[in-house]
Amino acid sequence: MATFFGEVVVAPSRAGLDEEEEAREETPEDQEIRREIEKKRYRRRGRVRLEIRAREIDVLWTWQAGGCAEEPLVCSRFIVAIGRNAAAFLSSFILDSVCWEVVGVVKLWNEWCRTSSTTNVLPTDSFCLFYRLISDPTVLLCQCSCYVAEDQQFQWLEKVFGSMQKKGLQVTILSTCPVADYKTQESTLTLVSPFLKALKTKEFQEEVCCPLLEQPNIVRDLPAA
Amino acid sequence: MFIPCDRGGDSAAPDFKGFTLLMPAVSVGNVGQLAIDLVISTLDMTKVGYFYTDCLVPMVGNNPYATAEENSTELSINAEVYSLPSKKLVVLQIRSPFIKNKYRPFCETLLSWVKSSKCARVVLLSSSHAYQRDDEQLLGTPLRYLLTPDLEKAVGGRMKELNWKEMEKVAAYPGISDTDKVLHIPGGGITKLLFTESCSEGIQMAVLLKFCSEGDNIPDAFVLVNYLNEWLQLIKNEVSTVQSKWKIPSSWRLLFGNGLPPALF
Repeated sequence: MATFFGEVVVAPSRAGLDEEEEAREETPEDQEIRREIEKKRYRRRGRVRLEIRAREIDVLWTWQAGGCAEEPLVCSRFIVAIGRNAAAFLSSFILDSVCWEVVGVVKLWNEWCRTSSTTNVLPTDSFCLFYRLISDPTVLLCQCSCYVAEDQQFQWLEKVFGSMQKKGLQVTILSTCPVADYKTQESTLTLVSPFLKALKTKEFQEEVCCPLLEQPNIVRDLPAA
Repeated sequence: MFIPCDRGGDSAAPDFKGFTLLMPAVSVGNVGQLAIDLVISTLDMTKVGYFYTDCLVPMVGNNPYATAEENSTELSINAEVYSLPSKKLVVLQIRSPFIKNKYRPFCETLLSWVKSSKCARVVLLSSSHAYQRDDEQLLGTPLRYLLTPDLEKAVGGRMKELNWKEMEKVAAYPGISDTDKVLHIPGGGITKLLFTESCSEGIQMAVLLKFCSEGDNIPDAFVLVNYLNEWLQLIKNEVSTVQSKWKIPSSWRLLFGNGLPPALF
């Protein structure tokens, strides 16, 4: 604990959030405050969108708009690009309007960003779009440049993969991390960057194009999920 | 919640009936988690499954207990279960923080799994903020224990033999006399919630905790795991150096950052 000019400052703990707050039951006053905050969120959008509760995410597929029955999507390969760099990589080298068509979008809101249901996006927007290869509709691609908050990651996972038939599915996840976060014996100053590292499940039998991520490095958030 | 590992032909779920479940609380200094790492690494425990849960921040990496090239590429995630049938021990390791508002759902699901898998008892390793100790707690041992009433009957006597100190209750409103005494474990994460739920559900649970602060918590982990060993005798007690008998896992490398750039000097 540091003290500045006589005041006591509680240092944050690696253990995470203050559990005393967590353990305390919500009082009627807390509930009222929470309801008011949620009301304000709706009003800020200009129109009341009751179908989107604050932390819920919605996955909208193009075939749903046509009123088709919800059949699981048959998918053999699913490539997911998470973060602006990975999304930009796909835009620059893979995606084009001739070979790929948009088939889905994720609508979400959190304190860092909001995505909409529009598929006409600028590279600087926050978005999460799904594309399908026209010549082989079982190949799916996802560009997720928005930040998916901790409490939304599991939901994203369940709702996206819940729409897919997972037998024989191969998933490739592309993402980036700052070099400063990379743990190595040498200093990261002398490392030649950017560089690739991979993690793979034991079911993945193909050749990996780069070295595997060494201990004690880890991946977190949506790519980990 | 519990997903067993696919171990080839034998796809039956492992049997934990009568086992002791050892687990950490995500608490100050991550001492419980570090201590669990020492147990898993030293006893060379086998991974038998994981928890599929939305209560913890997702993370993934390669095997944190790797000893050679061959065993270094198995993926490892945020909540995994290891087992050592010869000691009737099952260990849960938690590797990431809890997501907000998910303490209670996790505790409920965990205790429900403890009951359904018929574990005999649960031992929770935890820690609490050292700076919140009162004057009496500042003196003497920084280690404490707690037992649920059901376990008190079974092992309360052993704790007395070991001369262990029970965690004190504190006044609900400090400074005001004649108030109720309550259990207060600041910095203990889910410790208090899990303990109170276990008391009301009739689960045999012991909490072993150490008062500490954030910093280099490796020595705290050693102290806590030796405290555990006094009771459970997981490894032999040797008179020689205290630290050497526990095996530090390879993932503890570089805990305090990378090497320095040569250009600095």
